[in-house]
Amino acid sequence: MSRPEDYRKDFPILNKGDYIYFDNAATSQRPECVVDAIKDFYENSNANPLRGLYDWSVDATERYEHARKTVAEFIGAAKTEEIIFTRNTTESMNLVAYSYGLDNVNEGDEVVISVMEHHSNILPWQMVTRQKKAKLVYLEPDEEGVITESEYKSKITDKTKIVSIGHVSNVFGITNPVKEIAAYAHEKGATVIVDGAQAAPHIPVNVQEIGADFYAFSGHKLMAPMGIGVLYGREALLDKMNPFLTGGEMIEYVTRDDATYAELPHKFEAGTVNAAGAVGLEAAIRYLQKVGFDFIAEQEHKLTVRMMEGMKKLPYIKIYGSSDPARHSGIVTFTMDGVHPHDISSVLNDDHVCVRAGHHCAQPLMQFIGAGSTARASVYFYNTEEEVDRFLEHLAKVRSVMGYED
Amino acid sequence: MDLKGLYREIVNEHNLRPSHKGEMANPDLVLRGVNPSCGDDITLQLRIVDDVIEDAMFSGSGCAISQASVDMMADQVIGRSKEDAIKLAGTFMGMIKGEIKDEEQLEELDEAAALQDISHMPARVKCAVLGWKTMQKMLEHPEEAENVSSEEE
Repeated sequence: MSRPEDYRKDFPILNKGDYIYFDNAATSQRPECVVDAIKDFYENSNANPLRGLYDWSVDATERYEHARKTVAEFIGAAKTEEIIFTRNTTESMNLVAYSYGLDNVNEGDEVVISVMEHHSNILPWQMVTRQKKAKLVYLEPDEEGVITESEYKSKITDKTKIVSIGHVSNVFGITNPVKEIAAYAHEKGATVIVDGAQAAPHIPVNVQEIGADFYAFSGHKLMAPMGIGVLYGREALLDKMNPFLTGGEMIEYVTRDDATYAELPHKFEAGTVNAAGAVGLEAAIRYLQKVGFDFIAEQEHKLTVRMMEGMKKLPYIKIYGSSDPARHSGIVTFTMDGVHPHDISSVLNDDHVCVRAGHHCAQPLMQFIGAGSTARASVYFYNTEEEVDRFLEHLAKVRSVMGYED
Repeated sequence: MDLKGLYREIVNEHNLRPSHKGEMANPDLVLRGVNPSCGDDITLQLRIVDDVIEDAMFSGSGCAISQASVDMMADQVIGRSKEDAIKLAGTFMGMIKGEIKDEEQLEELDEAAALQDISHMPARVKCAVLGWKTMQKMLEHPEEAENVSSEEE
């Protein structure tokens, strides 16, 4: 059976000093093999992919396209051409909003998202609905953070053209019933977009089983470099869409007045691509598959149970989302009576514990739960029980540092 | 001073038992200052008689550093002329940015000079300067007072 220690040695940053990194929901750490893959690309096959006719460029193209194939298999896409490389989930969501949303949402239509969304799955739809005079409808979770069947069935209607929903919440950690929502949305004739930024690092994803028309995620949350992200789209939809960005690499033929576009997926990848990033993403996916989602789930569960049990012993701490640790995907969002989350984070940083504080790019959710901001500890498979214990020890001292006599 | 020392020796007292927190009866100038990234949200109220700050109070919520800093600021600016208070704000912000290190100059800030170590904590700079920035803005541009002043990312 695996232990986190078996993997920690692969992460140079985790072996420097005594830092406890509990901000994995913001970005994960990178194993050495990912950094090596990027280095190897630049040292051994660096040329501009997709255009040169010489060996190096051909090699760079092959590596880039091989990464695309790996991504397609990783999320169960029917075709490799359905994978578009972007910078991150935010860019993927914007691509869908601009190239699909604006052309398919009309006055009086509705776009359904949830109040739990990251800003990257809110702002693009605010733009589309404002511009097209359509209505933006929010699904709301119950007290356990769950979007119930009656909730989505009451808000997805014949007027709904798009349903765009997070697979896993970056604040509650809860996994939304995306498959059931997608099936119902399709019954109503809507197109389904799933923001998988927080899901892809933690649970197996199969876009066809889910029934997603579009699925987006970032590389950096699953150990790949920053600046490489993915948009999956069903070929039939992508084919009909206009390009998002125009310029180099995405054309077939250009005259002074007009242009025809390249075939999928290149139509959506204008300009020189982040080939080294894609190669790094492929290495990260391979590494992730070696670790295995079973171990990831098991370790995250073990750590979350320990963390939530320890935090429950501190009466001044409030945990948000489900009472069941199994539904947190390693994310524990909390507040402490009388102490602002930024002070919690600063005091913990003094003890070399890294946790996030703020609104987690989900301000509507903060308003919904009635907290200006919250603190968030998020673990990954390379974190240990010993780290959780040390975190709890330091957490228990925060109020005393802040001048309270408990 | 390290962060915990700073909290224990300076910040906690002003945060937990502020002297100038509350609503002023008849303020002459009111301005809200917000740090959207952290949720620090204060409303500063000044009473000004013959160009002198006769009273300063604040309401709202935020982290301990933002709250303590604005409370300490009120201590320092009450009784000063508008011009003097603007100058003092410049000194405070210069200190926090690490641009002013001259001890004699910093003495002007009295107790607020104790926040000098925030200049080594980039993540907390915005918290420390919120109150001072809001005051500077309302004194320099009184026509904008009563409005929301928001520090964008």
